[in-house]
Amino acid sequence: MKLITAIIREPQLDQVRESLIASGITRITVSRVSGHGAQRKEEIYRGKRIVPNLIPKIRIDIAVNEAFVDPTIDAIVEAARSHDGMDGEIGDGKIFVTPLEQVVRIRTGERGGAAI
Amino acid sequence: MRKRLMMLAVFLGVGVISVMAAESPEIDSGATAWMLTSTALVLLMIPGLAMFYGGLVRSKNVLGTMMHSFAAMGVMSVLWVAVSYSMTFGENVLGGWIGWNPDYLFLQGIDQTIMEGGVPEYVFSMFQGKFAIITPALLAGAVAERIKFKSYLLFITLWGLLVYNPLCHWVWAPDGFLFNLGADGAIDFAGGTVVHISAGVSGLVAALYLGARRGYPQRQMRPNNLVITLIGAGLLWVGWFGFNAGSSVSSGLTTAQALTATQVAAAAGALMWMVVELTHQGKATALGFASGILAGLVAVTPAAGVVQPAGALILGAVASLVCYFAIMLKDKLGYDDSLDAFGVHGVGGIVGALLLVFFIRNEWMANASEAIGGIWTVWDQFVVQLAAVGIAIVYALVVTIVLLWLVQKTVGLKSTPEEEMQGLDPSYHGERGYGMLNPN
Repeated sequence: MKLITAIIREPQLDQVRESLIASGITRITVSRVSGHGAQRKEEIYRGKRIVPNLIPKIRIDIAVNEAFVDPTIDAIVEAARSHDGMDGEIGDGKIFVTPLEQVVRIRTGERGGAAI
Repeated sequence: MRKRLMMLAVFLGVGVISVMAAESPEIDSGATAWMLTSTALVLLMIPGLAMFYGGLVRSKNVLGTMMHSFAAMGVMSVLWVAVSYSMTFGENVLGGWIGWNPDYLFLQGIDQTIMEGGVPEYVFSMFQGKFAIITPALLAGAVAERIKFKSYLLFITLWGLLVYNPLCHWVWAPDGFLFNLGADGAIDFAGGTVVHISAGVSGLVAALYLGARRGYPQRQMRPNNLVITLIGAGLLWVGWFGFNAGSSVSSGLTTAQALTATQVAAAAGALMWMVVELTHQGKATALGFASGILAGLVAVTPAAGVVQPAGALILGAVASLVCYFAIMLKDKLGYDDSLDAFGVHGVGGIVGALLLVFFIRNEWMANASEAIGGIWTVWDQFVVQLAAVGIAIVYALVVTIVLLWLVQKTVGLKSTPEEEMQGLDPSYHGERGYGMLNPN
């Protein structure tokens, strides 16, 4: 089992969600986060160039069994990569994959892969 | 909007003004003060509407939706001063389709005019101008979350000129044909047909023309902030006192009657919605209460000047009930009138404009009978109301379709799927509405 954590652009959430659903991954947790990475892309706001400071991002957490790791990653990359017609820009985000020790479904008390 | 208050200055040439000035009526400072207040109150409804609608959409569209109302303040105000006042309150031209009076262009001819009721014409003109702002802003609720901003601007410009102005002229100008229909005109005290039916019907047409939002109706589209929706509903209720009670264009008995009817209908509408929802769904939602307020207010808008409190109570309650089921029906039929511009304003306006005949106070009916020198019955007036409502619906429907087609052919109408997924705020405004969760 793996925990996949993706940090993506805020406006890409719908694309990524639809892409995940299309790949059969429907159990996700989404949160609003801020941070900075390598993104230095200047934005134009009211005619001025500004370099955003802490940038609002979306974080998606998905717990998956081994067989779903690659499809999940592919679905996220495919949908989060293009942005306003550009393909692959700094700021598109990152995906972290970490080993997951245990999963428990609270309703039934099931454990392990079946509980995902 | 009574005839006697508006006869003046229709034929004033610039040269005659100085001559007339000596004979023009005294300023009635009481009436003028109330009309100034009403003008401000009606303007307050527009940010109120922006908040009401803004809270109902998803957070990525909150600014775009509020901008629909705010942009209307800019577009319609400028149009009003430039040509719309002339098109609405000028004399009949083109067979009475619109009015026209060159002196009203940029309001240059009314600089010194005091109307018969003792109110400067500037005040009347500005008061009327606010109605022209709120109407397309109401309409925007039907197309929320999926219309291009530029297209919206172009659409409301054309719609204001070609739908709102003619309707307003027909219903409220002293020589408008609906103003003179039947014994004492079609009753539309403060804009049931002109504002609510026209906005509701055009909204429905636009919603159908545009198609549903992406994912509708399978995907849940929850309101992002019902707190601002409730604040908006509250501001609308407050502003409505200017909308209805100001429409007497005086400060006296009619004003008091309209004000009372407004309060009663809003309360009855809200209460009815709450009770129905409580029995039907088991929970009384805050959004339901707010919708009930609006349904009641919309229904009493055409009626405020002619019904007594008991009548207003019934009108508000019945309209609320009908709107509730209209929205249920919308969910069954599956068309995407995002924020129920038709469900509340169209339906509520129709209910109010038609049912008001059964609650007209006797004095009005007596006057009407006297005017024709015979007996004027409730059913005679019902036919007049039916005609006015029918004409408003058909006219708004047909012209809106043509305008939508025109805008779509020139600049496009619906947001691209990508713009819609990202949200109107980043796509058209380059901003985000809420920053609370960002440590910056």
